Amino acid sequence: MSVPVLVLRAAGTNCDRETAHAFATAGGTPESRHVNELLAEPQLLARYRVLAVPGGFSYGDDIAAGRVLATELKEKVLPELERFVTDGGSVLGICNGFQVLVKMGLLPGPTSDGQTVTLSHNDSDRYEDRWVDMETPESVSKFVTAGDDFFFPIAHAEGKFIASDETLDALEKNKQVVFRYRNEGRSRNPNGSLRDIAGICDATGRVLGLMPHPERHLEPWHHPYWTRAGLANEADGLKLFRAMVAAAE
Amino acid sequence: MSEDLPQSLPWSRIEVAVNPDHTDPAGRAALHELRAVGLKARDVRVHRVFFLQGTNDPAPLLELLVDPVSETGRAGEPVPGTGRAVSVCKRPGVMDPSEASILRALRSRGVTAERAVTGRTYWIDADADDAALLDAVGRCLANEVIEEMGAGPVPSPRDLPHGHGSDMIPEVPLIGLSDDELRAISKRYVLALNAGEMRNVREHFATLERTPRLGELETIAQTWSEHCKHKTLTSPIEYVEEGRTEAIGNLLKETVFGATTKLDKDWCVSVFKDNAGIVRFDDEHDICFKVETHNHPSAIEPYGGAGTGIGGVIRDILGTGLAARPVANTDVFCFGDLDTKKVPKGALHPLRVMKGVVAGVRDYGNRMGIPTVNGAVCFDERYTGNPIVYCGTVGILPRGRSEKAAQPGDRILAVGGRTGRDGVHGATFSSETLHDESDEVSGGAVQIGNPIEEKRVLDSLLRASERDLFTAVTDCGAGGFSSAVGEMAEHCGADVQLDQAPLKYAGLNPVEIWISEAQERMVLSVPPKHESEILALFAAEDVEATVIGTFTDTGQLVVRHGDQTIVDLSMEFLHNGLPKTPRRAEWTQPAVEPEAPASDDLAAELERVLRHGDVCSKEWIVRQYDHEVQAGSAIKPLVGPEGRGPGDASIVAPVLGSHRGAVIANGITPRYGDLDPYNMAMCAVDEAIRNAVAVGADPENIAILDNFSWGDCNNPEVLGAMVRAARGCHDAALLFSAPFISGKDSLNNEFHGEHGRIRIPHTLLISALGQIDDVTTAVTSDLKRAGSKLVLVGETFCEMGGALYGGGKGKTPAVRESAPAVMRAVASAIRSGAVLSCHDLSDGGLAAAAAEMAIAGNFGVRIDPSAIPVGEEMGRLDHRLFSESATRFLLEVEDVPQLDVPHAVIGEVTEDGTIDFGDALQLSLESARSAFFHWEDTLR
Repeated sequence: MSVPVLVLRAAGTNCDRETAHAFATAGGTPESRHVNELLAEPQLLARYRVLAVPGGFSYGDDIAAGRVLATELKEKVLPELERFVTDGGSVLGICNGFQVLVKMGLLPGPTSDGQTVTLSHNDSDRYEDRWVDMETPESVSKFVTAGDDFFFPIAHAEGKFIASDETLDALEKNKQVVFRYRNEGRSRNPNGSLRDIAGICDATGRVLGLMPHPERHLEPWHHPYWTRAGLANEADGLKLFRAMVAAAE
Repeated sequence: MSEDLPQSLPWSRIEVAVNPDHTDPAGRAALHELRAVGLKARDVRVHRVFFLQGTNDPAPLLELLVDPVSETGRAGEPVPGTGRAVSVCKRPGVMDPSEASILRALRSRGVTAERAVTGRTYWIDADADDAALLDAVGRCLANEVIEEMGAGPVPSPRDLPHGHGSDMIPEVPLIGLSDDELRAISKRYVLALNAGEMRNVREHFATLERTPRLGELETIAQTWSEHCKHKTLTSPIEYVEEGRTEAIGNLLKETVFGATTKLDKDWCVSVFKDNAGIVRFDDEHDICFKVETHNHPSAIEPYGGAGTGIGGVIRDILGTGLAARPVANTDVFCFGDLDTKKVPKGALHPLRVMKGVVAGVRDYGNRMGIPTVNGAVCFDERYTGNPIVYCGTVGILPRGRSEKAAQPGDRILAVGGRTGRDGVHGATFSSETLHDESDEVSGGAVQIGNPIEEKRVLDSLLRASERDLFTAVTDCGAGGFSSAVGEMAEHCGADVQLDQAPLKYAGLNPVEIWISEAQERMVLSVPPKHESEILALFAAEDVEATVIGTFTDTGQLVVRHGDQTIVDLSMEFLHNGLPKTPRRAEWTQPAVEPEAPASDDLAAELERVLRHGDVCSKEWIVRQYDHEVQAGSAIKPLVGPEGRGPGDASIVAPVLGSHRGAVIANGITPRYGDLDPYNMAMCAVDEAIRNAVAVGADPENIAILDNFSWGDCNNPEVLGAMVRAARGCHDAALLFSAPFISGKDSLNNEFHGEHGRIRIPHTLLISALGQIDDVTTAVTSDLKRAGSKLVLVGETFCEMGGALYGGGKGKTPAVRESAPAVMRAVASAIRSGAVLSCHDLSDGGLAAAAAEMAIAGNFGVRIDPSAIPVGEEMGRLDHRLFSESATRFLLEVEDVPQLDVPHAVIGEVTEDGTIDFGDALQLSLESARSAFFHWEDTLR
């Protein structure tokens, strides 16, 4: 069965084309839609099995990264989004999309708690584009197998994961931490994220958000030093998109 | 928008601070900057302040503006801080991109506000009074060209500015005026027209038997500006070289264009006529490239200047053919020395200029979702008052979409941002020299861009193009509507009704509307049958699109505001009435001075070269740019196992799912320009092509662009250097069979300060757009494995003129007839798969190139200087190591491939952590790295 994927874009979204391409490469059937369509007709969501909120600078990241789009979705689409997840739909938020999901309270959830974690300015106070090694602890994610390593680039100014100690403890206890920046050798936490958290999921394991960009490691030649290590058979990013499509089939 | 609001409508005030238990990265960054300008501060925290007009319920504002996890917010009163407060906010009327987003978010909550204004307060803990704090903040954190600051909390915003008031546009009598009086009129209205040009205008209106309207003079001035017409380089020149005089009819046509015409490549699709040059890419796509300068605005307000520079060149690509999709950006900068203590009054410190320019490119380019993949930075003290900022964009468009023509009857559609007073007289300002009061008088020419507005335009315009809803498109750049409409209607005519144009605020007079260079605007010609569909398309994406007139078949440009006629000019006069002003150029080749004696410590010299700004790692800049968005990045600007080595060129695969790559490279060699502008140009072309070939580009399929940044060409010697450089461009293009497809010149790059005028070095940027069939055959410059051989391809000559080593005395590097064969040989070796890594030799010669490869790959090298293939007697080892002779590559190979050009195995890759040139030079990799990466320790 082909998996219909909604790739949502707003003013300032800029990774929508490659995110749609990634889902198509992984066997899904992506459609790109402007958020205005969804705001006008929230029940459109029900046509899809996967919702992707891609990277970029929605509304310029004015006020704070993802804040304005998160406010719009929370005000106009939250009930439909909750139903979408309850009915078995999957959600992926990449970079700005992760910021949106966090700021509308869909991650880590439940939404009745409101926003409980945040993604704030990098410790460097600078936008940075660099590749990061990630490890995957035991988690309830339906898409990621614990112990798999992933290598993706980050490209953000506001990716520092912040939450209270109690919230962080709860995330770990409930196995909602999906990706951690590896802190060994020349790999390091690039933004000061608490407990090295790079990506989390909700309690169902079907809503996933992460700061690094899997769609930028879709091809083996996206790898930053493929000219010395050789070309891999399958790039890490494609593995993640395939898993999402497979889980939705 | 808000012009009718009563002044008394109150403002709600929200102040937001990061909670004390979290670090405040913006505060830490401000602390660093303040300490760097000498303020002994202990701590800084930055609070954000928002003012909303038209709403007085604080609850939804606090919920929207304050992060519940990491921040504290208060309505109506400041959040207390430690120390003293200095506040900064934008001057009224300066673009604040966040206003629209804030209002939109509030609307989704059912809250209607009229205006939103933002500011920030620095709470500075230091033993200093308000005056000292204001001085320090003014030197590093605020720019008074666009911002206001004061001690204490942010004051309530003021009303928006109003224009000149009167809507009545005067007539300007010219009949009977002397040359001096004509010049005075030109100066008074900032027309930047000379006496001869003003005389032509006077005679034209004498024939029409009427007095010109100011709107007509402004339209002519914009159309005839240096920025739009390249009038210096197309004028007749009397050229004197070594006592011989010759007549040049049209320098550009005889050199840069001329080479392209002679080469007549069948893969050139559209050259020198559209906003960008277009060449064939694959069976379904063409690819285009444009590079612009944005020097003068960047001198005064580096952040806004660079941001609007990149925004402008992106619009050039959107306005190429029937709209191209931008796929890569490139940025090349020239600054004064970063550690200089000599900054003339009226100029900003080079470090501040560089930080502002990088931040401007970062914030605009990243938000546009276009990867910034290539660049260079050059330093010379003469750039201090007049930095150079080149911004380039590559775009892709379907084949068969490169021609456009507005048709009579088509609607004139203005799309994107609204028009304001910002940027009035930008085109004419850019044609003047800078002086120490430029920052006071030219503020109107400096703008802040709104990238998200432009991103909306990009998204919707490309959709409109896919549906074939318009017949022509161009960007509103220099000269605003006057240039855009004037250009599109050149072969037909246009009736414009200016009162239809959406304005940012009331009070603009019609001429201001007509010539404003407000950002993020495009003009389209839309057949009436598509009008409703295209308006609906733009509306669905929240893009404002307004019909402001109709294209006609009258051959006249007619502009009205209400019943008043502002402009009624014939297209014939507007586009062909510019008189040719004869110019004089002279060139005397300086005598070659003998080289400096050899240094007795070549290792220290190599360290010095690696530390030099032209050579050292630009990682601090590159990482701030998104160089991978669009997922086409095959070879990145930083290479090697740590992603820290300097790449020669970048490769992007712009068609998702395809392996065909576009190779983007540049060459810039201003250090040779004082000694020999001809060789400088030849070397810049050689370097651009060399960089492209070094990663695997096909040397038979490289298109190039020229960008001249020059001094005042009324000086015959300055123009003489331009003639020499343009001839170098011509000869190099023919030699390499590489056509120029687009170009630009920026003249009058001089700073008039308290100690006289400072002219920039002659600066020529050559940008190269190469192609590669399959990106997986590319190579990078980082050394791959110990034990492999190092092969130097190309001959070394004693060419120390302009070199980084040894004071730059001696002959400048020459590009020889054999150069294309060297390029082909290297390309063929790479294609054969025999090359593990490849790096071109440029600044700092072989020693620097070998060190960079070693640093990038984390290996040592052992090289025998006596094995270097030389083209002439070279007794001195220092010359062999540091000569900057052109057309040379260092290859790492397992087995030496077939190379039918001069080459030799000169050494090997080692694991011993040393850059080892035998007795001549030994430098540990560690020392080389610390010199090469020194920005990482000093910049933040």
